[in-house]
Amino acid sequence: MSLRSPLSQARGLGSAKDGVGHWWMQRMTAIALIPLSLWFVFSLVRFPLLDHATMVAWIHAPLVAVALVLFFLAMFYHAALGVQVVIEDYVGNEGVKLVSIVVTKFALFAFGAAAIFAVLKIAFGA
Amino acid sequence: MSVKPASSNRPLSPFMIGPYYKPQLTSMLSITHRLTGLALAFGTIFIAAWVTAAATSAEAYGQFAWAANTIVGKLLLLAYTWAMLYHLCNGIRHLFWDTGRGLDLKTAYASGYLVIVASVALTAGVWAAAYLC
Repeated sequence: MSLRSPLSQARGLGSAKDGVGHWWMQRMTAIALIPLSLWFVFSLVRFPLLDHATMVAWIHAPLVAVALVLFFLAMFYHAALGVQVVIEDYVGNEGVKLVSIVVTKFALFAFGAAAIFAVLKIAFGA
Repeated sequence: MSVKPASSNRPLSPFMIGPYYKPQLTSMLSITHRLTGLALAFGTIFIAAWVTAAATSAEAYGQFAWAANTIVGKLLLLAYTWAMLYHLCNGIRHLFWDTGRGLDLKTAYASGYLVIVASVALTAGVWAAAYLC
């Protein structure tokens, strides 16, 4: 029998109003990724993008650069949210779980920053 | 979630893979959604490398293009295409479920088969178009 009140025992164990935020952003990014990923695959098929000059000219177009930045934002965010859920579901050890989530989030945001910076560098004229 | 209350040593429902449940289309598509999601998340490294190489130099991009054009590179690209299109199709199925519709067995199985057919057909279409265009 604990002398702590039920409220103090419950504190820190669950969400505080923002629990639905993760779920909602997973859906928002998912919806955004439907047209963006279809456009991305279409572009890969449509243009010979493994040629450097073609690739640079493609990203030079403002609409393409903006679409790529949006695509990367949504994709890396969606990936970070999704991998987090998988880790939370299957990694039992609290320490390993926390480290795994931090490492994957840092990695995905770093890759996302690199990808977006590369697009901007080409778009602004490298 | 973060700290296990000392009082609760309650039984958990068994994991879907193992002796407790027989494999079903719905559960297999569900785990495939997670596996393709993990694979796609890992593959973002290559997407970042691809645009970074393009922003670095024509030589760096040439090396990336060379690697992508090898048999191994093409097989990985083919697998990535299918994983992406599967995750896209099944993701739309999940969004449809989020509206509360299509959760009965008959519809869930029909949409499941549709996802398999659509993801394979779209992958074939993308690669056919890539070689024909």
